[in-house]
Amino acid sequence: MIRIFQILLIISLSERLLTPVWADTEFEDLLIRNAPLIQKSSSKTIDPVLNEIQAYGGEDAARFLELWKNKKLFVLEETRELVVASPAGKDQDGKKLLAISGFISRNDLGIVRAKAAKQIKPNSGVRAKIASALAPFQIKSDDPNIRSTALDTIYRRIHPLHLEPLRQAMALENNAVLKERMEKAYVLGIITHGNDISKIVDSIYSLAGDLSLETRAILNPLMKSEIEISKTIPTTGNIARIIAPDISVRPSEARRVNPFTMTGGEAELSLDAAYQLLIDRELIPIPVNNEKRDQVLVAHINSGYIGNFEVSSLDTDAARNQAYDYLAQVNNLPRRIDEEHKKRTISEYVFFAKYDRPQAITDAAHEVLIGIQNKVRFFTLLDLVLDGLSLASIYFLAAIGLAITFGVMRVINMAHGEFIMMGAYTGYVIQLIIPSYTLSIIVALPAAFILTFVAGVLMERLVIRHLYKRPLETLLATFGISIALQQIAKNIFGTQARPLTSPEWLDGAMVINDVLAISNIRIAIFLLSLVFLAVLLYVMTRTRFGLETRAVTQNPKMASSMGINTDKINMLTFGFGSGIAGIAGVAIGLFSKVTSELGSDYIVQSFMTVVVGGVGNIWGTLAGAAMIGSLQKGIEWFNPSNTLAAQTYMIIFIILFIQFRPKGIVALKGRAADD
Amino acid sequence: MLYPVSVHRIFAIMVVFIGTYCSPDVRATASETIKIGVLHSLSGTMAISETTLKDTILMLVDELNDEGGLLGKNVEAVVVDPASDWPLFAEKARELLTVHNVDVIFGNWTSVSRKSVLPVIEELNGLLFYPVQYEGEESSRNVFYTGAAPNQQAIPATNYYLDELGVEKFALLGTDYVYPRTTNKILEQYLKDKGIPGSDIFVNYTPFGHSDWSKIVADVVALGAQGKKVGVISTINGDANVGFYKELAAAGVSADDIPVIAFSVGEEELSGLDTTNLVGHLAAWNYFQSADTDANTTFIAAWKNRMGGNRVTNDPMEAHYIGFNMWVQAVTDAGTTDVDEVRDAMYGQTFPNLTGGTAQMLSNHHLSKPVLIGEIQDDGQFDIISQTEEVPGDAWTNYLPESSVLISDWKTLGCGMYNTETKSCVQIKSIY
Amino acid sequence: MTKLIKHTIIVQHLLRHPSILIFLGLLSLFTITIVLLSEGVGVDLVPTSFIKTLGKTLCLCMVAIAMDLVWGFCGILSLGHFAFFALGGYMIGMWLMFARTKIIVLQAAQNAPLPMSLDEVNDAVGTQIFGVVGGADIPVIWTFADIFWVQIGFVFLIPGLLAFIFGWFAFRSRVNGVYLSILTQAMTLALSLYLFQNDSGLRGNNGLSGLQNIPGLDDTPQAIISIWFFIASAVTLGLVYIVAHSIVHSKLGNILTGIRDNEDRVRFLGYNVESYKLFIFVLTACIAALAGALYYPQAGIINPAELAPVASIYLAVWVAIGGRGRLYGAIVGAAFVSLLSSYFTGGHAPDLALGLGTLRWTEWWLVLLGLSFVVVTLYAPKGMSGIVDRFVIKGNK
Repeated sequence: MIRIFQILLIISLSERLLTPVWADTEFEDLLIRNAPLIQKSSSKTIDPVLNEIQAYGGEDAARFLELWKNKKLFVLEETRELVVASPAGKDQDGKKLLAISGFISRNDLGIVRAKAAKQIKPNSGVRAKIASALAPFQIKSDDPNIRSTALDTIYRRIHPLHLEPLRQAMALENNAVLKERMEKAYVLGIITHGNDISKIVDSIYSLAGDLSLETRAILNPLMKSEIEISKTIPTTGNIARIIAPDISVRPSEARRVNPFTMTGGEAELSLDAAYQLLIDRELIPIPVNNEKRDQVLVAHINSGYIGNFEVSSLDTDAARNQAYDYLAQVNNLPRRIDEEHKKRTISEYVFFAKYDRPQAITDAAHEVLIGIQNKVRFFTLLDLVLDGLSLASIYFLAAIGLAITFGVMRVINMAHGEFIMMGAYTGYVIQLIIPSYTLSIIVALPAAFILTFVAGVLMERLVIRHLYKRPLETLLATFGISIALQQIAKNIFGTQARPLTSPEWLDGAMVINDVLAISNIRIAIFLLSLVFLAVLLYVMTRTRFGLETRAVTQNPKMASSMGINTDKINMLTFGFGSGIAGIAGVAIGLFSKVTSELGSDYIVQSFMTVVVGGVGNIWGTLAGAAMIGSLQKGIEWFNPSNTLAAQTYMIIFIILFIQFRPKGIVALKGRAADD
Repeated sequence: MLYPVSVHRIFAIMVVFIGTYCSPDVRATASETIKIGVLHSLSGTMAISETTLKDTILMLVDELNDEGGLLGKNVEAVVVDPASDWPLFAEKARELLTVHNVDVIFGNWTSVSRKSVLPVIEELNGLLFYPVQYEGEESSRNVFYTGAAPNQQAIPATNYYLDELGVEKFALLGTDYVYPRTTNKILEQYLKDKGIPGSDIFVNYTPFGHSDWSKIVADVVALGAQGKKVGVISTINGDANVGFYKELAAAGVSADDIPVIAFSVGEEELSGLDTTNLVGHLAAWNYFQSADTDANTTFIAAWKNRMGGNRVTNDPMEAHYIGFNMWVQAVTDAGTTDVDEVRDAMYGQTFPNLTGGTAQMLSNHHLSKPVLIGEIQDDGQFDIISQTEEVPGDAWTNYLPESSVLISDWKTLGCGMYNTETKSCVQIKSIY
Repeated sequence: MTKLIKHTIIVQHLLRHPSILIFLGLLSLFTITIVLLSEGVGVDLVPTSFIKTLGKTLCLCMVAIAMDLVWGFCGILSLGHFAFFALGGYMIGMWLMFARTKIIVLQAAQNAPLPMSLDEVNDAVGTQIFGVVGGADIPVIWTFADIFWVQIGFVFLIPGLLAFIFGWFAFRSRVNGVYLSILTQAMTLALSLYLFQNDSGLRGNNGLSGLQNIPGLDDTPQAIISIWFFIASAVTLGLVYIVAHSIVHSKLGNILTGIRDNEDRVRFLGYNVESYKLFIFVLTACIAALAGALYYPQAGIINPAELAPVASIYLAVWVAIGGRGRLYGAIVGAAFVSLLSSYFTGGHAPDLALGLGTLRWTEWWLVLLGLSFVVVTLYAPKGMSGIVDRFVIKGNK
């Protein structure tokens, strides 16, 4: 019946399109008739209105839907007339104004106060439906962008009414990309809404190996099954599987499609669930459980006694069971159930899952899905690796400054995190001054370096220089600086996170496919850390400065007697390490947030990265970051719903790791290893 | 002889402290003014949210004093700083009630700070107005909850998802603490009651200030592979939202594909974000700054006039606005600031909402307020797309079996945890 | 071991070091004065909230002594001792919460038609305690929460065990210096992250609350309870001081100082350095736990934020400012800095009007505090007690 109605609709729709009759009043009537539903719309009530408008068709309907969806329609409070309006500034009193024009007449109606017109605001659910109704119009548009928008809508949820326009548009399309998308949309449409099983099966096979989200979203529902119960194993119907309560687990395919329904070793249907199912399907009466037992007992209390049982003695389950059994015997009440009874009842029934769709379809879908799932699994793994790499690069970035100040100079700088924070705030301040995001980032990177370089040099000169002989006290002094800097940042910028917006070309993500995607900002951070690594290696091993730094840290007296200005080298090295932390701050701020606590979030991890990797070696820091990053992602993977646990386990692992390899992954050998 | 000197020092310092803590000027003036306590963090992590509320109360006090005060007396706000330190909340509450002798306290933001204060105000019979949306499952004789209970925010928002957006698969993302945990527990049960199978509810908790969102966002996107419309219900708190929304935008997730409705993201939080990529995502509150009423226009104007043109208003501010005015009315009706009499006078008090309609104080110490759902716009404001009638706040949710039998009625039953099945009061003191 | 016991016999030690008596005398004088001035039993000059602050400060002094022993005398800069402190608080908190809730549940049960079974009582207690954080079941670690003496045992056992395991691993692999500091910091971070999880079994971020209500003492006002805890804290501080003092002035103390000054040399002399370090590490962990067990019932609530790494660093800072290597230095530092901090951050201090603008103490106190560490480490490595020393030496001349 519905199908016939739909066909009728399509026919009438295409008739309209063929003969664009311009009937103002008729459409106006339609709108007036549905005015209450349009003005106060809800997804639940809007379908008939949209059907009517769609059936009317024509340019007017399309324009109406377009304006409606974009919240451009208003109702004049006085005349209840439907108008199109857009903001037109404010009057002398500061009241907002609207420029309005008639919807049907398209005449300019002048400017009114905003209070005089009420905006029609469809919610996003209604807007989605409007978009869906609009798609058949848009798909025929001359503008490829609009056609693409229509396709986006169709991909979100394909409607039977989309199929015919889609087929027509496909034939006319000359843009190869769009044509391909249209063809795929049509295939997906056929699978969901088609009647011809062989056609559906062909369509399903044509999707083999396609791991896009839309494809899976279409194929997976085909495999939908319902749990059914009978006394014997059924011989008819498309049976998915027999479920042995408490024993059989959900088939592993579900796991591949969607990691969150992972049931692990848990039975698909526990005994309790199976029993509950029997009750729900009214196959057995509601049993006497503890709750019901107690109710009955309470009902039979008679001046402190239930039968011969004193009420005050009924403070254990066993005693209550006894009392109930007594009552049951005397008053002929239903029996209590125990585990044994439960198992016996369940064993009398067969539980099985039954597919909604016929076997030809489920077989095809199953076959194609298995192929897709294998691919998905591969790419998910790859995605995990990328995630781990990305996290590692962030840790590396945060720790690389420390690799110099702590790793090479052996100075514990607890304020290192605050240098990162200073870098991030530098980025924020520069964005306030320079509105162009791209330019501001280009300016911010060197600015952050200079600022933190200067801060580092100052700190070295004023504080650390005096404490080279007392490393533990450096820790305290720099901690003092750390809380002072953090508080100063709070006083200046407040505790609210500040925006550090990435330029547009860093927005978005590199999408390989619907499983494997990595955001551009993370790629940028990855590249940045590679650049840092290269620069650092070059500076430390190929330049005179690096040579002198190594000389000074290994044997200051000897270095000094070779004519190296140890004071200057220490100062510059520390400044260099701090400056790098500043640049890292800009990058970290871009991808997360800028707060005064930004630094302290990373400080312990950074120290651990350096320690785990092996102090005094930049490669070690890299190894440390790689290990910590991938480890954390790995643990998260096993326990997807708990990130905190992952962090805890990771730290415990690191503590243990250091016990067994105190010098870190890349341990220095020989003299340089002596503290 | 080393010891005498140092110990004398300790002693001297302590005497100085005692002097400051109990200086007479604090204790003498009780009769000339009516004192109200403001217990909001002015430093530490919660400062940004709570300082706004302190300023709101100070503004309301100033306005009240300009209009002639209360019971012919001036109202004086005693502001203390619990510094986002939960034990300090209890200490400061005690100080407010016993040293400063305040008649009422307006304060707290986080649930844990409220739980810290509860034993103190119940012991000393104080009065607290708590202005933030919270997880419910609590009813104290000494607290008026002017923020939303779950049925005034979470449940209507979920209904909006189910009815209007047709969401079939839910991702409940939250920060790992009591409010998201309890709210999600209620929502999970509610969704199951509505026929959503457990396999279609994905729950994930992240620590405070979480920043590495790529995997979680990818996981949520992957939920779409089942062919069901996915919606995210976010109880992510504070700073972590910045990273979350950034990652959403980077992953190209539009509100049309996977909408996100947030219970802890308001105007204040959005000011830390570039919202162009977030247009269309949702938030549910009892108040939005964009509400188009005269009362709201006046309120916003007064706020901006006092605090600066770029400041925004938000939901907890409205809660304080209603709570403070109701308290003033109750004191006027009772003719005294005595806690017990004011409490009795509070029941049934009404005050116009800033969003239209009237808020009423119920006998379970919650308000009846309308629920609003707004879509994020590119200017950091919300476009209100749904506004319900007033919904009475429910202290004990009806959607969890253990609490569905409980009701709170301080007016007639005199009990905050009354079991309707056994017809008995479970306990008078609240759970903390 | 018998040697050790002989050395810690209190009377013997007191006779040999009469200076302890001066400390104890002053501590008792202070305690009695405060009690007499208190709101609860005295002339109502000192409000209960301040009694609690003082009681808590005494506990902080205790943990500072522990820190001084391990760092000032043995040279192990542990940045994790606050973890033991908080663990002690958690252990006693479990009993307080469970026992109090059980009383409430049993009271409510009196109205019920059927007497509650043990399971039902436990279920109801579980719902009350964990319902708040979205759970209902009582985790395994709460098995003994109902038994006071077991939990008191846990106050020492659990932190002591953690310290033992951690110390055993760390000292055995000769992790020392800054590496050890970072490791201890990692330990406390791991523990706090773990406890922050809602599913940790200790109510996650909410922690344990309502600890000031002592089970069975519902009718006793806090004004009185706070006095009890204040006195208990003072007495315990006195005992801890005596123990610490006797350790420091024994042969053990000499060895510890030797380890601090030159670990290798002590090792070459034939001492098992690792065992000594482990002993002092575990002992101080237990002292810290004891302090925590007294502290949190006065604070009323404990949550994982208490054992954030920064708390332990503050502990080190108190000792550094007070003057490490001197027991009274630790006490002075802890009392002075923590009270001053709460004074300035509490909004009690009037704002300073400077020429250009006002200096708000709540905002700038931390900056000053931070910078003062720098000054102290740079110019007064012996801390405040170093200044005292200078005066005393001058006086002696």
